[in-house]
Formats: sequence, C-alpha cells, structure tokens
Amino acid sequence: MLYARLIIMRLFKAVIVLFLIVILNFLLIQLAPGDPAAILAGEAGAADQEFLNQLRERFGLDQPMYVQLWRYVSGIAMLDFGYSYRLGVPVFDLIMARLPATLLLTGTAFLISLVLGIIAGSMAAARVKKPSGSIIMALALVFYATPLFWVALMSVLVFSVYLDWLPAYGFYTVGAGYTGFALILDVAKHLILPATTLALFFMAIYTRMTRTSMLDAAQQDYVKTARAKGLKPSIIQRRHVLRNALLPIITLAGLQAGQMVGGAILTETVFAWPGIGRLMFEALQQRDYNLLLGIFFFSAALVIVFNIITDLVYRLADPRIKGAS
Amino acid sequence: MRDPLALAISAAALAFTTTALADDPKQGGTVNTIVQPEPPGLVLGMIQNAPTRVVAGNIYEGLLRYTTDLEPIPQLAESWDVSDDGRTYTFHLRENVAWHDGEPFTADDVVFSADVFHRELNPSARAVLQHVESIEATDEHTVVFTLTEPFGPFLLSFEAGTFTMVPEHLYAGTDFRNNEHNDHPIGTGPFKFANWERGTVIKLVKNDDYYEEGLPYLDGVNWHVIPDGGSRAVAFENGTIDVLPSGTVENFDIPRLSEMDNVCVTEEGHEYFSPYSMLWMNNREGPTADKRFRQAVMYAMDREFARNVLWNGLGKVPLSAFGSNARFQDDTLEPYDYNPERARELLEEMGYDGEEVTILPLPYGETWTRWAEAVQQNLREVGINVRTQATDVGGWNQRLGDWDYDLAFTYLYQYGDPALGISRTYLSDNIAKGSPWNNVEGYENARVDELFNEAATAYPDSEREALYKEVQEILHEDVPVGWLMELGFPTLYRCDVKDLVNSSVGLNEGFRDAWLDR
Repeated sequence: MLYARLIIMRLFKAVIVLFLIVILNFLLIQLAPGDPAAILAGEAGAADQEFLNQLRERFGLDQPMYVQLWRYVSGIAMLDFGYSYRLGVPVFDLIMARLPATLLLTGTAFLISLVLGIIAGSMAAARVKKPSGSIIMALALVFYATPLFWVALMSVLVFSVYLDWLPAYGFYTVGAGYTGFALILDVAKHLILPATTLALFFMAIYTRMTRTSMLDAAQQDYVKTARAKGLKPSIIQRRHVLRNALLPIITLAGLQAGQMVGGAILTETVFAWPGIGRLMFEALQQRDYNLLLGIFFFSAALVIVFNIITDLVYRLADPRIKGAS
Repeated sequence: MRDPLALAISAAALAFTTTALADDPKQGGTVNTIVQPEPPGLVLGMIQNAPTRVVAGNIYEGLLRYTTDLEPIPQLAESWDVSDDGRTYTFHLRENVAWHDGEPFTADDVVFSADVFHRELNPSARAVLQHVESIEATDEHTVVFTLTEPFGPFLLSFEAGTFTMVPEHLYAGTDFRNNEHNDHPIGTGPFKFANWERGTVIKLVKNDDYYEEGLPYLDGVNWHVIPDGGSRAVAFENGTIDVLPSGTVENFDIPRLSEMDNVCVTEEGHEYFSPYSMLWMNNREGPTADKRFRQAVMYAMDREFARNVLWNGLGKVPLSAFGSNARFQDDTLEPYDYNPERARELLEEMGYDGEEVTILPLPYGETWTRWAEAVQQNLREVGINVRTQATDVGGWNQRLGDWDYDLAFTYLYQYGDPALGISRTYLSDNIAKGSPWNNVEGYENARVDELFNEAATAYPDSEREALYKEVQEILHEDVPVGWLMELGFPTLYRCDVKDLVNSSVGLNEGFRDAWLDR
C-alpha cells in the first residue's frame, strides 16, 4: 500500500520534471552554433539558397522559436518524437533500433562492475593490512584514473591486434552468416572488450566504496556484539557488515543504471558498437535536433525511473527507511 | 545523323575499358570496405554527399562516365552528338538496360530525372539545368537537350553522382523525399541494394542482369560502418577490410598501412572532383582586405612542407586558382613560392601594425588541425599576429556563413571545368550569407565577373581559353583566397583486388570492374 502510494507520487513528479527537461533541452540546443540545414547542405558540397530554404521549411526551422517549441512539446505530449532531419526516419524507430545493442552493452558492464566491484571491495576490506589488499586497491586506483578511451584503444591493440583473441570492433561478424547459438557466441565475443572497458571505471569506484563503507560498518557496536556471541568472521562480514555497507553502493548503482542509455558514447565509437551513444554523438555533430532531443528525453526518463527504483531498493535493503523521501 | 567524332570517342572508350580488363578476371567473391561517415540515405540524386556517392554510385548510373583524363565515355548513353552551334546535344541510349525491379530503362526516365527530379531536388544539377531550354525524348532511346546558349562544360555534367538516372515509374507523381522506395534504392547499376543494418553494414549484391556482358565479377560488396579512425585502421590491418576508400583513415596511419605486405596504394580516381584546398581570406575587413597582405600569406606558407609531411607527399602544390586537372589552366603564371623575405617586405609596404587575425581550421580530423598549426607558425615567422580558433562542423559552417572569420581552411571540388567548380568562388553574384560554399571571401571584381560569365557560354573552346587566360592573370595578382593544395587522396587496398580504380570518380563506381585474384 505504502509502496503503491509512493510510486504514484513519484511518477506524478516525474512527469513534471520530464516536461521541464524537454523545454530546457529544447532551449539549450538553440545555443549551439550552426543549423541542420546548413550542415546537410555542407555535406552535399553544393547548395543554393533554394536548397537551404527547402530544408528549413521541411524541418519547420523557418518558424519563430516559440512556434517550434510549441510544436515539439505538443508532439512529445502525444509521444510523437518527430523525424530525424538527416536520416528522414522517425526518431522513435531509430532509438528503438539502437536500444537493444546499448542495453546489452551497458547492462553487461553494469553487472560486471557491480558484482566484481563488491567482491573486490569486500576482499580488500577483509585484507586491510595485507599486501593482497593493497594490490586490489592499487589496481582500483589505476582503473579509476585511466581515461576510458585509452583503455579501449589499448585493449584493442593487445587483445585484437597482437594476440588476435577477440574481434576489434562491431556487434557481430559481418558476412559470417551465423545463426542460433553460433550467433549468440559471436555476439558474446564481440561484447567482451567493450563491456569490460566500460565496466572498469565503475568497478573501481564500487571497489573503493565497498571497502570504505565495510570498514566503517566493521567499527559499529553490532559487529562487536556479533563477534562477542561467537559468530564466524565470514558470516559477520556477509550478514552484518556487507548488508549495512550497501546503502552508498545502491546510490551509486542507481546513478550508473541511469546512464545506461547515453553513457557509452566513447566505448560505442571506438568499438563500432551500433548503439544509442553513437547515435547521439552523430546527431550532435549533425545538429539533428529532433533526434538529439529524443535521445535526451529517453535518457532523462531512464534516470528518473532508476531514481524511483533506487528509492525502492533502499527500503528493501534497510527497512528503517519509510515514507516519501 | 551521327557525328563521326562522337563515334570515334565511343570507340576509344570501348578500347579503354577492354585494355583495363586484359588480365583475365576471376568471377566471384565479396569485397569488404568502409563507408565513413554513415550516409544519411542511398538515393543518389536526392543526396549528393561523399558517403552516399561512394556506396550508391554502384547502384545508380548516369548517362556518361569519365576517364581519368576527364574524357566522356558511354554509360547509359551509348553515343552522343553535338550540333555545330553547340546548343543541341543528342544522346543515344543503350537498348538492353533494365532497372533492378525489371522495368526497362527508357528515354522517359532520362527526361523525368533531369527535367523533374533534379530540377526540384539537386542544387548542382540545377546549376547546369539553368542553361537548358528543353529536354525531349524523340523516341524510346533518344533524348535531345536543347540549350539556351552554348555551355562549355555541358558534357562534363552527366556523371552518375551529379546527374543520376532515377526510375520514373517509381517516383513520378509522388512526394520524392517520402517515397517508399527510398529505403530500397532501385537503379540500373552493376550492384543491387540488399540490406542496411544501421550502424553496422550496408550490403550490395551482384546484379545478374547487368547490361555489360560478364560484369560485375564480384558477388557483392559490404560497406562496414566503423566510426573510429583508429578502429578502421585496425580492421584493415587484421584483414577484415580489403579496401580503405580515401579519407577513412588519418593521414599519419597511411605510411604504416601502405608498407604492409600485399597492400597497394593509388592516388587516382579523384580527377572528376579534383578536391582543391583553399584558405578563405576575408576580403571585406581587417588586414586580409589588403591585397598585399593576402599575397604575403601566400609567400609565407611553406606548402611543400605541408604536402610532404602532413599529406605524405601526395597531392600537388597549386599554381593558382585553376587546378592542374581543370581545363584551360594557364601554367605560365609565376608560382607563389615559399619566400618569407618577400612576405615581410609586402607586410612592411602595407604598414601592417600587428593587428590580430584569427585562423579557423577545417574540423575534419587531425591532419587539418595540424595543418592549421603549421600555417599558424609560418605566418608568425613573418610577423603576422595569428590565433587559431577551434570549432566543430556546425560552428565552422555558421562562422563562414556569417562571414565571421579572418582566415579559414576549406576544400572544394573543381569538377574539371572552371564554369562548374571554379567560377563559383570568385563571382560577385555568388556572394550571399548563410552558405560556406559560395563566394565566402567577398571578392568583387567586375572584370572577373564579365570574363567568367562570357567564358561559360563562349563557343568553341578556343574562345573560352582566351577569356580564362585573362581571368587567371587577374586572380593570380589579387589572391582573393589562398591556394593551398590540390589534395591527393590515397585509396588503400589489398593488391589482389584488381581493376578497382579505373575512372575519374574512382571508388564511386569502382566495383563495377573490380575482381578478386584469390
């Protein structure tokens, strides 16, 4: 009952927030220099005024800004995201076509980073003054500090060029004609490098955060009590320390999950992964406003959804949290 | 009726095609190549950007093709006659041509494409069509173009990407841009569209009913979409990709890739476009408004260095406004050689006071950024106070369209004839805000206007030559823009891909004759 009310309240707020985001995005995008018609004309390498006018009229860019804004917002209200200027395809279709690849990539990376990060963090917390604990933390620091694109390029160089173990780019082997299980295996092979690359940074954060917050929790009185009543150290770590240390990790996981749609631009570009991040980057360069706004909308909606989910998970992990936050 | 000259040209052209294929080609195989960036669509005629041309040039065709010397040879037109007054062009079409959906290709398709489709959608064709009074199909396989007055470069305008033949039976009477067939282009070319997985690959398959007996040899061509330059180089290195079209890897990767085993490089296949890089100099205000300053910039730039270091020794340092592939080039002009001393003298003479000038690089990748840095250093060495501004493609377009710059890099196609690709940069009636491709520098010279306009419609060629000679002398003295480089774009390919580049548009129609020696 309480959850149902909470969810309804949050969804109501979400609609208002989304509406404001749409308007803000629309206005922000107007600040970028250049317009889509000029860029399309530029690509063609030849353009007369008639060509530019045709394009601007077709895109509705010849209208005053408030008319454009009204048209866009009223379109969104009916879940009509319009057409991509450059590709001439409905924005919704483009996003839906790219969404599975992105979710596969970011979802895998999310799981890898969360699971391995928590494991590594707990291990480091249990080995606080030992060399093995320091090694884990040093590695985490390296992954945390290394730029993503560099990791991506180096992993291609090592695993694809020198060792030739994994494919360097793409979603599957073009022209191989795999089906069924062979195709799944092929996609999985293509997934390893980009997913690992993307996972490293968050894994490092989870590791550091898990360790700190477990060390914190280990100082608490209830841990002393547990130890005093003679529980095994491994059970204390799992049931009493880790569970109490989870809250900050959930917060972070909620943030990472919210970035699942638009957070992989670099990785998708380097590995030629046909996802939303690339679509967004190209849309930005092409000033393909409709497409860009559509992707922004989806990203924003996802962030909001994951915020709500995070709030619910808080309550599961820590029953003391109640009521609307 | 048929003109003996036209027949001789067709015969020579046939000989050209046959010698190119004397190597006993093998059938079959699929070539993997790259298209960068991913094209917005494949309906050539509606979209004319480079990535669309390179893929769709294998699907669609024009009336004519052009040798690397820019001589017209038959494509969909078997032969052609030109009337003595240079106003009537009669094209005799091939009779056994079918569209990919099986419908026959006829003179009505030509009339529809030129008179309806291109007039509405295609700015470059429109520029040519303004010289055309009427287009008529006199029978099923003959089309007559009547011009309002002679137009020298007319025969150069029928290349597939510029004057594409589109199927009347699918487009007539529809809203062209929203036509349902745009997702599945139908042409007459050697390859048919198979499918397009956005963000991954565009696949073309052999057209078994192609009218040239035995062509194409390949079963198909896969155009991979790989957004990162480094990854594209890796894909070529590890053998996934057989052909790297020009511009798909950064220049600094080219020496390394071309030294690999079984890798061949060619600079040919860009003669039709003749990409020519220029430095816009704002003729309206600031130091760049002074002719002496612009001459000083020409003397200050070490263009040989840029060619040898940044462009791997490919391309040519241009003499003047007309590139070396352009007709009527006057090669007797005195070149602006690298001469910093002369540059300093000119700056002193004009009394340059060290006012800051900005330079806008072309946002097309590393080479262009480094080139701008090199030019900046050259200019500083002669005492010009110059600062680089970085921007992206949208910002660059807007800056040039608003004339908000001092110096800016660009490159334009010269299309072989001054009336197609050169005069547009210097004609004063081509000054208009909002486009980065017209007379952006704001040069106005009534005599130059007169000469260019007269030369475009003068007849025969000897008349044109005299007019263009004078215009080149004036431009050479006035330096309305800086002439940087006739760009040499290398195509890299495995040496066992044979007969890949054999016309002046290179890869844009290269797979027609290509075969795999594997």
